Amino acid sequence: MAVIDARGIRKAFGSTVALDGVDLRVDEGRIVGLIGPNGAGKTTALNAILGLTSYQGQLTVLERDPWTSRSRLMHDVAYIADIAVLPRWIRVSQLLDFAGGVHPRFDRAKAEAFLAKTTIGRNARVRELSKGMVAQLHLALVMAIDARLLVLDEPTLGLDILYRKQFYDSLLNDYFDGSRTILVTTHQVEEIQDILTDVVFINHGRIVFRSSMEEFESRYLELVVPPDRLAAARALRPLHERQILGRSILLIENGDRQQLAALGEVRKPSLAELFVAVMESKGVTP
Amino acid sequence: MSSGAMTWSVRREVWENRSIYLAPLIVGVLIALSSIVGTLGGLNSPVSRFASHIEIAGGALMATTLIVAIFYCLDALYGERRDRSVLFWKSMPVSDSEAVLSKMFVPMVILPVVTFVFTVATQFIMLLLTSAILSLKGEAVAPLWNLPWPQMSAGLLYHLIVVHSLYYAPIFGWLLLVSAWAKRLPFLWAFLPAAAIGIIEKFVFNSTHFANMLGSRISGGMDSSPTKGSMMMLWPPHPFEFLGRPGLWIGWLFAAACLAGAILLRRRRDPI
Repeated sequence: MAVIDARGIRKAFGSTVALDGVDLRVDEGRIVGLIGPNGAGKTTALNAILGLTSYQGQLTVLERDPWTSRSRLMHDVAYIADIAVLPRWIRVSQLLDFAGGVHPRFDRAKAEAFLAKTTIGRNARVRELSKGMVAQLHLALVMAIDARLLVLDEPTLGLDILYRKQFYDSLLNDYFDGSRTILVTTHQVEEIQDILTDVVFINHGRIVFRSSMEEFESRYLELVVPPDRLAAARALRPLHERQILGRSILLIENGDRQQLAALGEVRKPSLAELFVAVMESKGVTP
Repeated sequence: MSSGAMTWSVRREVWENRSIYLAPLIVGVLIALSSIVGTLGGLNSPVSRFASHIEIAGGALMATTLIVAIFYCLDALYGERRDRSVLFWKSMPVSDSEAVLSKMFVPMVILPVVTFVFTVATQFIMLLLTSAILSLKGEAVAPLWNLPWPQMSAGLLYHLIVVHSLYYAPIFGWLLLVSAWAKRLPFLWAFLPAAAIGIIEKFVFNSTHFANMLGSRISGGMDSSPTKGSMMMLWPPHPFEFLGRPGLWIGWLFAAACLAGAILLRRRRDPI
């Protein structure tokens, strides 16, 4: 069943086109990374999915129209827009009271159990917490909601690497159970590569690449070659090439593993590498 | 509309806006203290002085909560966009209508109730303290207790419901609409148009209908009431007479239109 089904979504702000006909289908149980450069339309796309912005085109989320039935949709959808949106004046205990009061699928005991692993005091106000603690608090809140779709828009922006790692570990170990669906955007592509089941690149308001991670890993390979074999490797028409410490790292599509192994070290492809390759080929860099 | 969402939304408004009860608390304490200092100073006719202090206490607390209401409304839908917390509130299953109506509930119901409770409490504390001081001085306290207390409290409640809630509804509605719309300076956007309309009307038509209408609204349509001129508010002889005034109904229509606009804007406006 499609959790998100978008067809030809368009959205313009004045003369700026943020979404230029986005088609996106996300099935249940997937963890999808929506990746794109700044201004590519990621946040606008998520806002449309969450019923926060109007749009043209056809969009259903869990078989509802998000724009006309946002509050009902929020029974089944949880999201973190970015880490700085929890009201600064509110106390942790008030936040839990409020969520428990208005949300029929909020399990307070779950949130408390998660918070017990942190140093966040129940009486503290959000403004007194560090950035990392606010992210933990928000994560505790959304993980306690028995939602079918979780949307995360740059959920770890501005956090240090320890908090970022913890954040995704908790998400995978304590939340994801195979029947939920997660849609996440981030700039830290390397960090989420291993948790995704699918990846979607967006640029200039259009989906420019999409693949399951399995397909991605079988289709692309990274080849590390010393300078003397570079010419031979280039003949394989790499999608992208970069130099590190005198060696070249080439991204190769549909390569033959054995043939490549003769030229250099074959590695698992990096999503970041493919992202740069795709963006450059679509004319992102001037 | 779910009652849980409404109740919790109103609660959260009170959590956020502690001035709803702190401002009248502070003003009440100041009034009680200064009234006692005045009584200790002890001039002649303490009872008539006391009666006027009681009236002033009521007036001052009503003025305080009206100011709180104005600032509350102007910030209610503006502040949440400014600090982006609207993105969090919208992640909860609370509709925009529930959110806006729960914000209207604060000046319409919570603040009048708070004003009534704090005024009666302040007046009662003033009565106890003044009685104590007078009896220590060996003066009679019975006249203080013989003031028409039940009628005064009923009159206060009536005034709060009719004027501060029902008559001011369009003012609160307008302030919430501006709060939902303004990208900055909601205070100016709320008050400048009214000033501009008044000035333009005066210059172009040499009339003051708009200013008169506003004045009548702020005085709660009480400029023609029989209790006019007295600060002592008693239960009026015809308590439902105000329902027959077209101004009330026009005001409600205006308030309803403003709220509908505020709900639409809350749905459409992005964080600032």
